Amino acid sequence: MPSLMSGAEILLECLMREGVDCIFGYPGGVTLPLYDSMYENPIRHVLVRHEQNACFAAEGYARSTGKVGVCCATSGPGATNLVTALVDALMDSIPVVALTGQVSTKLIGSDAFQEADTFGITRSCTKHNYLVKNVADLPQVVHEAFYLASSGRPGPVLVDLPKDVLQAQAHYQPITSIHLPGYKIYTEGHTGQIRRAAQMMWQAKRPLVYAGGGIVAAGASEELRELVEILDVPAVCTLMGLGGLSSSHRNFISMPGMHGSYAANMAMTNADLLIALGVRFDDRVTGRLSAFAPHAKVIHVDIDPAEIGKNRAADLPIVGDCKRVLAKMIVLLREMAPQEAERGRADREAWWKMIRDWQREHPLVPAVSSTEIKPQHVMKEIDRLSAGEAIVSTDVGQHQMWAAQFIRFHHPRRWLSSGGLGSMGFGLPAAIGAAFAHPDKTVFAIVGDGGFQMSVPELATLVNHGLNVKVVIVNNGYLGMVRQWQELFYNNRLCGVELSGFPDIEKLAAAYGLPGRTVESPLDLAPALEEAVETLGPYLLNVKVTPTENVYPMVPAGAALNEMVLGPPQPAPVPK
Amino acid sequence: MLQIISLLVENKPGALMRVTGVLSARGYNIESLTVARTLDPTLSRMTIVVDVDPNLRRQVIKQMNRLVNVLQATDMTEEPAVAREMVLLRVRASMEQRTAILKEAEIFKARVVDSSVEGFALECTGDPEKLDEFIDVMRAYGNIEVTRSGMVAVALEPKKLRLAGPIPAGAKAETTNGVVNG
Repeated sequence: MPSLMSGAEILLECLMREGVDCIFGYPGGVTLPLYDSMYENPIRHVLVRHEQNACFAAEGYARSTGKVGVCCATSGPGATNLVTALVDALMDSIPVVALTGQVSTKLIGSDAFQEADTFGITRSCTKHNYLVKNVADLPQVVHEAFYLASSGRPGPVLVDLPKDVLQAQAHYQPITSIHLPGYKIYTEGHTGQIRRAAQMMWQAKRPLVYAGGGIVAAGASEELRELVEILDVPAVCTLMGLGGLSSSHRNFISMPGMHGSYAANMAMTNADLLIALGVRFDDRVTGRLSAFAPHAKVIHVDIDPAEIGKNRAADLPIVGDCKRVLAKMIVLLREMAPQEAERGRADREAWWKMIRDWQREHPLVPAVSSTEIKPQHVMKEIDRLSAGEAIVSTDVGQHQMWAAQFIRFHHPRRWLSSGGLGSMGFGLPAAIGAAFAHPDKTVFAIVGDGGFQMSVPELATLVNHGLNVKVVIVNNGYLGMVRQWQELFYNNRLCGVELSGFPDIEKLAAAYGLPGRTVESPLDLAPALEEAVETLGPYLLNVKVTPTENVYPMVPAGAALNEMVLGPPQPAPVPK
Repeated sequence: MLQIISLLVENKPGALMRVTGVLSARGYNIESLTVARTLDPTLSRMTIVVDVDPNLRRQVIKQMNRLVNVLQATDMTEEPAVAREMVLLRVRASMEQRTAILKEAEIFKARVVDSSVEGFALECTGDPEKLDEFIDVMRAYGNIEVTRSGMVAVALEPKKLRLAGPIPAGAKAETTNGVVNG
């Protein structure tokens, strides 16, 4: 006879079977039975200071490991506070399982205290969601949730747990199999299509690899590197794909898109073949879609059939997992290499010459000044200290773009950034989640002064656990990206972007009990960052940067990629 | 132009909301929607009539197929299919009109399902255009009350149903054997 257990105990047992070691959460009335069972369970509970940050931390854990991140919130406000971070995980295809408490099944629909229709609210915020109404269904649902979150195109899955279900006693019987007949994953790729794609790759005169988050999600970095080297093809990585190919690889020509490099955007515009791997042709990458890569045929590899042809028609679609498809592709490319490599050599060399010329004409060089700290300078220094190895999480805005432009990543899963949704307040909690998964690593949380103030309470979590997170505030006193748009497109009529009243960071750090300082002079920047890295545990560094610096290159909204603005308008020459 | 989407869905709470959510998220208004159990009581057949931009229709159907509870979503608009709708109509009839109404009903192959001194309740099945005409004709006799069932459709050619197989619980995603090869 299987043992009699409570719903909460069954839930924890299933989590342990899924290999969960850590839950980011915030308790409440209806999750009390769960917390009572957690009291004597080896799974670690990390108390955050806001439910949204529980889910962001779970994302940071998942993004930096590839494992499913788990967060937990109570009913009503706890569940509604998760919504932003769930959508964030959905947009960036991050595997997260969210557990929410719910009022007892008898009370559902009665406007009970702290009741919200979590199942309804989160339907469009998740890959799939569940409301468990019977304790007997619990093991099935939990294992399905983990399977759905981590397989195919990963994403968040929410399980809503009424209090009486957590309390109910049941005989626990481990689940041996799950069956979701409607959940079809096509991982292998069509063999014929892969062969045709390999032929197109060799035949192209100006091929370009356009790699995205799908490479990171599939763990296909090695395969991507091999493909790039066999073909000797230039490669761009999107914001979500950074680290998918080492930033120091000679074929890597940086990030494309709105704030991408000149070379990357010119390569996109002039390519005759786009090898699109795990990307979704996002508007921030393509610029004006009708003018995007006008000469290119498109090979599109993605695990989600709904992404194929969504924004840009694919000349050769392959539905499959990037890792598996590329592994097959590499074998074919190798077989064909002896005959094919020579034939197109002249074209390839001409293509590479164009690329290298673009890189020389307008390289991505961080601005550095001797009188004030340029934000790009901060990224350059962090890049020097990281040397491609540190975990870097960012918030959203100008600093995020500068970080993407100037910090190198030699490995996937080191760059944690809110790409699709662009959620401010992401940087610090995501860094906390990553630090729990990687206690031995240095984690930089690069945040703006805006996003930092959305996540300030998590300093307490940071201090509680002595996490090795270096919070670097790129402080320009503005909501910089919005200010940049107001300056460039709204006649500099600045409205609602001045962040006056920023706290004294030394006092704030002292109040929370962590070391902190402010730097204003370029001479102090490097030593301060070095001190932050050398100090064991958390550190809060407030860097006052040029207030009105803008991110360039910039593709204005509605413009084509090759219509990018390379820098601030130059003052008119003085007539002689 | 109206499109017909036919779906086979698991008969689970929230399944309807997930399907209609794909349309409502894009601001599409549903013309008609019918849901009922199939021979297998765990499954439902859903027929949706909606005015979706033809360029987006494929995308919408792909997004419906992506839903975990949807076993199959197919576009019936340009496929060989029969589509029918039913209307239940109550018409008030004076003694002088009764014979005329019954004659009209016969032309449309409508059946009398209730008859009283006040009038008739009629049932009529057909394609939507025929039903529109039937309703127009009946309106000529005075006040009518109408309930339409919404369209149901069946494909005339069998569609291969591809389903995922069971997988071991707690299995890592990479070692999944429930994969359908593309």
